[in-house]
This record gives sequence, structure tokens and C-alpha cells, in this order.
Amino acid sequence: MSKISLAHGSGGVETQRLLERLVINRLPAWMKKVENGLGLDFPDDAAAIPVKNGYLVSTIDAYTVSPIFFPGGDLGKLAAAGTINDLLMLGARPLAVLDAIIVEEGTAMDDLARLVDSMIAVLRGEGVCLIGGDIKVMPKGQLDGVLITTAGLGFASKLIVDNNIKPGDKIIATGPLGVHGAAIFAAQQRIFSHEFRSDVKPLTKILLPLIERYIEGIHAARDPTRGGAAMVLNDWARGSDVMLVVYESELPLPEPVVNLCEMLGVDPMTLASEGAALLAVSPEIVNDVLNTLYENGCGEARVIGEAREKASSIGVVVLKTLVGGARILEPPSGEIVPRIC
Amino acid sequence: MERRMDLRRLTKTVFRDSILASQLAKLINDYWRLLRSNGVEEVKIMNFCGTHEYTSTHYGIRNILPPGVSLVAGPGCPVCITPSYYVETAVGLALEGFTVYTYGDAYRLPAVREVKGCRSLSDARIAGADVRVVYSFLDAVRDAASHGKPSVFLAVGFETTCPAYASAIASEMVPSNLTLISAGRLTPPAARYAVERVGTVSGVIAPGHVSTITGAGVWRFLPEEYGIPTVVTGFEPVDVLIAVAIILRQLAENKPGLVVEYSRTVTIEGNQRAKKLLSQVFDVVDSAWRGIGFIEQSGYALQENFARYDAVKMFGLREPGRDGWKNDLLPGCICGRVILGAAKPTDCPLFMKRCTPGTPYGPCMVSAEGACSIWARLGGRERLVEVV
Repeated sequence: MSKISLAHGSGGVETQRLLERLVINRLPAWMKKVENGLGLDFPDDAAAIPVKNGYLVSTIDAYTVSPIFFPGGDLGKLAAAGTINDLLMLGARPLAVLDAIIVEEGTAMDDLARLVDSMIAVLRGEGVCLIGGDIKVMPKGQLDGVLITTAGLGFASKLIVDNNIKPGDKIIATGPLGVHGAAIFAAQQRIFSHEFRSDVKPLTKILLPLIERYIEGIHAARDPTRGGAAMVLNDWARGSDVMLVVYESELPLPEPVVNLCEMLGVDPMTLASEGAALLAVSPEIVNDVLNTLYENGCGEARVIGEAREKASSIGVVVLKTLVGGARILEPPSGEIVPRIC
Repeated sequence: MERRMDLRRLTKTVFRDSILASQLAKLINDYWRLLRSNGVEEVKIMNFCGTHEYTSTHYGIRNILPPGVSLVAGPGCPVCITPSYYVETAVGLALEGFTVYTYGDAYRLPAVREVKGCRSLSDARIAGADVRVVYSFLDAVRDAASHGKPSVFLAVGFETTCPAYASAIASEMVPSNLTLISAGRLTPPAARYAVERVGTVSGVIAPGHVSTITGAGVWRFLPEEYGIPTVVTGFEPVDVLIAVAIILRQLAENKPGLVVEYSRTVTIEGNQRAKKLLSQVFDVVDSAWRGIGFIEQSGYALQENFARYDAVKMFGLREPGRDGWKNDLLPGCICGRVILGAAKPTDCPLFMKRCTPGTPYGPCMVSAEGACSIWARLGGRERLVEVV
């Protein structure tokens, strides 16, 4: 009996395998991308179609979260910011968004209005247009609350495709990791504390100055959402055929996040951030990139690791631990559930 | 409150300190050289607890130790050793319409035999059964009391988890619609079994949390009867390094003893109140451990006067005895050898192929305390340090 389980949707190894089986492996090569563009041929945040002087970049994502309103944000803000960030990670300036909202019969009108308002507020703040959409209602019990899908369009003069990491490149985290995931986990476990607030926000003001000044030296960019930093780093190591070495002592993991994860038996590196990005940059520009990040409010930006030549036996992500040991940083796998003791 | 936070921070700073860790690594190397000069070729130390296995793997401690010193897993993962028939019973009841509660990891534990196409409580939930994951027994008590429907709790766990069942039962908090599948187990008999049957264990990192309840005294038999250095250890990386250093020193000096390294919470006597509650509610009986077999005096069974809380008795279910026992693992699964420290997770041909954290085949791939799951999720490998 093969059925869909929650693990298939957790953004880890199972999600990837499911997509390969259901979609990617069923497409002939020509269907996976528009000629000279980027599509399902390489797993990245968004797709690109070549146009005059650059690329039309597009992305689509379905957003579902429980609870719909959480400390630091809500589903509407998440849907707007997430799509804007996916465009940015390919090196694009976000231009427009379309949305599709599916809502359960019986949902409070005020709740839906609040979600849409906060989605619009994010788009307005970023100067991004909302140029189309759809709304559907499902009978009560056939959907848990509200689901929002957003598609985004942007323009890039040059793409950041995450398969260009070279030995010697430095890995930068622009801000704290795992914060959104921890906030959602805390809310689901009914742990109410000011320490847990989602970091969900558009990264435009952080990423655009870097894209404008240093695009040649930025070899990869990704916001570690579902699957967390562990998934991104593993994707990168595989995509660029390098080994990544990450230093645990340098990871910007807030203490409350670490404590919560220890309590629940979850690795914070697999938890989502919605307001931070990981970058792989060439060593020549690393200080300039860090200084630009500091100027733009990313006081906690730092180098967390580096790329090296792939060792013969392990083309993977190695974590140097706090106490001088080492382990493989595996991509997340399975459904994340609280542990027994 | 502020002061407590600072203490917690201080504890973490000290017990994860890289300088302290490197000094301990040096000490461990010194003792190892001494042992080598005495002709010792290999030292095998058992992480009895799944959580010690977690600490060792999470902090890459195997990559700090000398090549001849190995840390092996033990049977201290309550979900891993829960016999399959308890899962099958719970799945059966769930499919009959009972609300079934359990912990997050027991929820995904696969049984050996399918019940109406379902191998786990997770499968049963997908098939439409009412299975609810809770963080504690009290959550289930409250929830069951609020809806009043016939409910069952798959009550797995060691001496740490079982006092919660005993306390709720003894204080008559459990509503009449909630019964338990009592699958609690005692750890010292399993440790005795492991060192007797496997035979190559030179030292034991003994349970920290279990010992807060039982008291460290229950581990005296290891040094006294088997000559095995035993350290009741905390769960931070420096705790584990200290334990390894103590074990190597005792081996080098040939003076095996019991040491409480985790003295910040563990006493020799343990938690009297919890122990009393356990003895008021449970009888200690011979019980099965998945992948291992029956171990004498190793299980908690509800006493006769609490039979109304016992799902197995109330619903006339059959609990296989010693004669009907099979080792409870699917073909090819070597979990039984992994939890006795006789094999590494990576020795299993199914590891990360047929058996992954997303689709666990064997019981040790499910729980956050299961050795295979820990190695799979946290990249447990020996000898990584050379490459970085």
C-alpha cells in the first residue's frame, strides 16, 4: 500500500524523490526548460526564460501553515515574502505576483481579510504588483483553513544558478537560521514565549544591493525554507560537485531555537528560515559582501563554512562540531515529530 | 528566572567547551597509549542510552577518540525495543474505532505483521483511524476525558517515562474510557543481558535520566560482577568525553568501579517517590524486548487491582508468551545486533537503502533515540576527521 505521507511534503529527501518520480523523470529533456533558460533541468528556487537583455524569472509556491496566524506573521505574509525571496535567489528583481486562494467553508471572513491584507501590505512595501488571481471555496472539512498559492515574476540581467560553487568559495549566512521553523513548532506545541517569533520577511533590501554590485562573485544563493540549511547545503554540494565544510561554532543559531530543538529532538539545521539567505561567494569579495550586509541591517551575517575539493569517498557536507569532532550534515529525511523522552 | 537562565547558559558553555574538550581528548589519548603499552588492542564502550548515542554522533565524538577506542550502541531506546505485537494490538484497536494515543516516535514504529494493510499507527491514521500523537501521558488523559470515547494509550518507555503512568493511575486521574497497553521496560536487566551475551564490552556509559529515577546504585553489578568500568553520564559532549576518560583510566589501572559523572542530577538512591509509585502500580515481570527476546524481570505489568486500566486484559487480547516468541524483526533487519553493540548501523545492507528515516523498515530507524535513525539523520561515520 503506497500512499502519500506527511514526510512526502516536509521538503526533505522524500519530497525530492516524489517530485522526481511524479514529474521530473516523466518529462523529455525539451519539456523541462525553455531553450537557453532554466527549468526543471536543475532544482533551484525559480525558473527563467531568456528575453532581451536578460531573463524573465518565474516561480510558484503553495503555502500552507498551521496555525495560519503565528507570532511574527501569518499565511498571507509568508506567501508574499516567500515568492519575492524565491525570485531574488535567482538574481531577479521582483516585479509582479499572482495568487490563488483556496478557503474552507466556514472560515471567518475577517480572518481571510487579514491574510489578504498582510499579503498586500508586503507587496506594496516592496513595490511589487498583484496582477491577477483566483479564489475557490472547499466544503467544510475538505481543507484545513486556507491555502494560498502565489506565482511571481521578475527580471534578471544575469542568473544566480546554484551549480557554480568552486573550491575556496565561502558560505555566508545573512542572518539567524531556523527561526521561522522554531516559531511554528513552538506554536504547534503551544509554547508561547516572546523568544519564538517567525523571521518571515522579504529579503529585497538585503539581496538587491548584492546582486547589483557583486553578481559575478555570487556563485549560489538560496533561502533555507522547508528543509532548512541542511537541505540547501546538500543540494549545493551535489549540484556543484564540491565538499562543503561547515563550522558549528560559526552557525547563527539563536539560543532559544537550539534549546527548543534539543527539547523536541529536532536538528535546528533542518528548520526553515523565512528571513535569511545562504550565499556562496568567491573569497575575493567575501569581506565586501559582509560589509554590504552589515550596512543593510544584517548585523549577524557571517561566514559559516567553505567549499573544498570533493574528497574521493564523500562528496557531501561535513560539519566540524563545537568540541572538535566531525559528522556528515545529512539532508533532512522523514516527518519531523516530537520525541518521547 | 534571569539567574536560572544564566545558570543554564553557563552549564552549556562549560559542557560544550572546545578547550576543555581538547584537553579531555589529550587525556584520553594518554590513557589509550598506556593501555596499548599493556597490550590492549581494542576498547569497546557501550552507550547504553539512545541519547548518549545521539550526543556521540551529534558532536562527532567518535572522530575525536583514538582509533582503537570505539563507542557502540546499547538497548537504551524504548521505542526500538517495543515488541511488534504491542504495535499490532494498537493498530488493530485503532482500526476498530478506538482513539489511540502515543508518542511521536512510537506512532511511526513499524510492526512485523500488517493489520488490515497497516504496519504502523501512522499507516492506521492515513487509513482513517483516530490516532493522536501526544507529548505526555497527561495530554492523553486530558484529551480522553474531554471526548469520552473509548481510548487506548500505547504506553512505551523506561523507568523515566513509567512514573508518569503510575502517578496518573495512582491518583485516579485516568478517565474510565482510557486504558493502557503497558509496554514499560526496566533497563538494568537489559544491560546485564547485553554484557553477558555480547561479551566484548569493556566499559559502559550508563543511563543519565533513568538513573535520576532508579539511582546510580542499580548499576553496581556491572563493575562488581563483570569487572566493567561504569560511568553514569550526562548528555553533553564533555560529559561523554569525561566518561570515556574515566573508563580508560579504570581499565589502565585495572580498578573497575561505578562513577556518577552526572552528579548534578543523579544520586545513588534515586527518586524515592517515583520508585514508590512504580512499585504501587506495576509488577515487575519477565518481558520481551524487540530484536532481543525475553529478559527476566525486565517489564512493567499493571497490578491486578489496576486491571481496569489494562487494555490487554480489558479487551481479551492475547499477549504471546516466551514459547510463541520470535525475534520480532523483518527479514534482513539487524537492529537486534545494533542495539546489543554487536554491529554498527552502517553494517546493515538495508541502511539508507531499503530502510530510511522517511520509510523505516526496522525499529531502530524510527525514534530520535534509535541508533540507525541517529546515524542516518546526523551523519554518523567514524574517521571523518582526516578529510577536514
